[in-house]
Amino acid sequence: MIRVQNTSYAVSGTTILSDINLEITQGVVTALVGPNGAGKSTLLSLIARINKAQSGQITVDDLTIGDCDDRDLALRLSILTQDNTMGARLTVRDLVSFGRYPHHRGRATADDLATIETAIDRFDLTELADRYLDDLSGGQKQRAFIAMTFAQNTDYILLDEPLNNLDIAASRHLMPLLHDLCADQGKTIIVVLHDLNYAARYADQLVMMRDGQVVAQGTPKEVLTAQNVSDVFQTEADVRIIDGRPMVIV
Amino acid sequence: MFRGSKLLSLIVVALAVSTSTLLFQTVSGNQIIAPSIMGFDALYVLLLTCAVYFLGGATFSVLPEMTVFAVTMAVMIVASLALFSTLLGAAQNDVMRLILTGVIFATLFRSITSFFQRIIDPNEYAVIAANSYARFNRIETDLLWIAMAVLVATVVVVWRMRHRLDVISLGYAQAVNLGEDPRRATFWILCLIAIFVSVSTALVGPVVFLGLIVVSVARLVTPTPHHSVLLISSALVGAITLVGGQLLMERVFALTTPLSVVIDFVGGCVFLIFLLKGIRR
Ligand SMILES: Nc1ncnc2c1ncn2[C@@H]1O[C@H](COP(=O)(O)OP(=O)(O)O)[C@@H](O)[C@H]1O
Ligand SMILES: [Mg+2]
Repeated sequence: MIRVQNTSYAVSGTTILSDINLEITQGVVTALVGPNGAGKSTLLSLIARINKAQSGQITVDDLTIGDCDDRDLALRLSILTQDNTMGARLTVRDLVSFGRYPHHRGRATADDLATIETAIDRFDLTELADRYLDDLSGGQKQRAFIAMTFAQNTDYILLDEPLNNLDIAASRHLMPLLHDLCADQGKTIIVVLHDLNYAARYADQLVMMRDGQVVAQGTPKEVLTAQNVSDVFQTEADVRIIDGRPMVIV
Repeated sequence: MFRGSKLLSLIVVALAVSTSTLLFQTVSGNQIIAPSIMGFDALYVLLLTCAVYFLGGATFSVLPEMTVFAVTMAVMIVASLALFSTLLGAAQNDVMRLILTGVIFATLFRSITSFFQRIIDPNEYAVIAANSYARFNRIETDLLWIAMAVLVATVVVVWRMRHRLDVISLGYAQAVNLGEDPRRATFWILCLIAIFVSVSTALVGPVVFLGLIVVSVARLVTPTPHHSVLLISSALVGAITLVGGQLLMERVFALTTPLSVVIDFVGGCVFLIFLLKGIRR
């Protein structure tokens, strides 16, 4: 279980996250929503130890962020960050292969290679596998990064706006896939989504943030009310229930 | 005349320069930079100059070469860590800032060096002058054996890090995600770079653009992110460039132009092209 306790984070005196307390439900997709600058990416970066919180404690199962071995955590939790610029020039297959690094630390086994090919296939990258990332479209590149995270095959997966640059087909392919990963393999996924309707439609749990604080947590129906949307996003949007799930009329 | 020790020295220098450049590019996430552009070599020359100034040329000359080399290398490691470790953390995604700071560092080190050289006794000046310019014709072969031993040990360490280097080259966040600690890696890589630069500068003096050309060519020849390949290809390209270039200079052009001038000219052009291409992109 991912548990965030009394966690605060500031950059040069400016508070970005204040006293976050959060428990992420095991085995389901949790969507993290909130306006730009709410602190969603920052929260994920703290959980994934990319940034270090000034106070509080974050635990992933028995591992405490900051104290545990980085390698152990890399086998348990993976993150796809929001902007992915690479220093190195990589092909799609190179990138996806790096997802296996925590497992083999340099010497890929036959199992690793099989997992890599599965990931490439699963995200429709077979034809692009030997192309350089620099030469791909934003959406194709995004799929390659998601495939890498998929190849890392951790129990906990953090995805920061994975739908960025994806067209509707790729988005509608990815979201059920996340759901299946949780249902079939017991994975726990936190995904930042800027489109509330994707969150409402595909997530089991919602966490809503504003100004560095968690303002609501629960099922989509509980969290995505017209009141919350207007309070948090500062815009009056109608929310209707369709097939038992809320839908924001944009 | 192309003696065995000279050939060996050129190979040692090629290996040191190409590997340190590759390491620096990996740790800075930037493929158009080299330790010498950041002023590592200039720092080494500055340290030597300071030693001559404060000890006096007479004292300095009688010191055992090994002692001078070892002490300079140790100071070099400490100084590189102090100067470059914070810079690398802050400038991860800011190529221009990194290069600019490097150019300022390099110029600063050279200015301080020439300041010291001016106030030094002219007789003592000769001691340093030998260390301030790249020279492939007159190599300090006395140091060769110790330099070679240090080089081999360091290369072995780098080779054993090759898979970690692959991950570090992906950038801070991705390296963390894959379970590496980029800060600790940066610390060790800077130490290794300082050792390589000490080795090559002690043997032939500062060579500014050699590393950049060599690693760029190696990346063209073997376009892969894997250090297991890049380390070998850049070492080979480096050895071919230096040994071949020196042979050509001696046999064909009869030494009218020093090799270092040609390398720095070509390398400077390559650097400029990369820089302009980078700006336009
Ligand atoms: N390195 C940084 N330095 C200063 N402020 C930052 C830094 N990173 C993020 N912030 C600020 O923190 C806030 C939250 O950012 P972020 O977590 O990226 O928001 P979100 O992902 O929810 O859009 C924003 O106001 C942003 O300006
Ligand atoms: Mg964000």
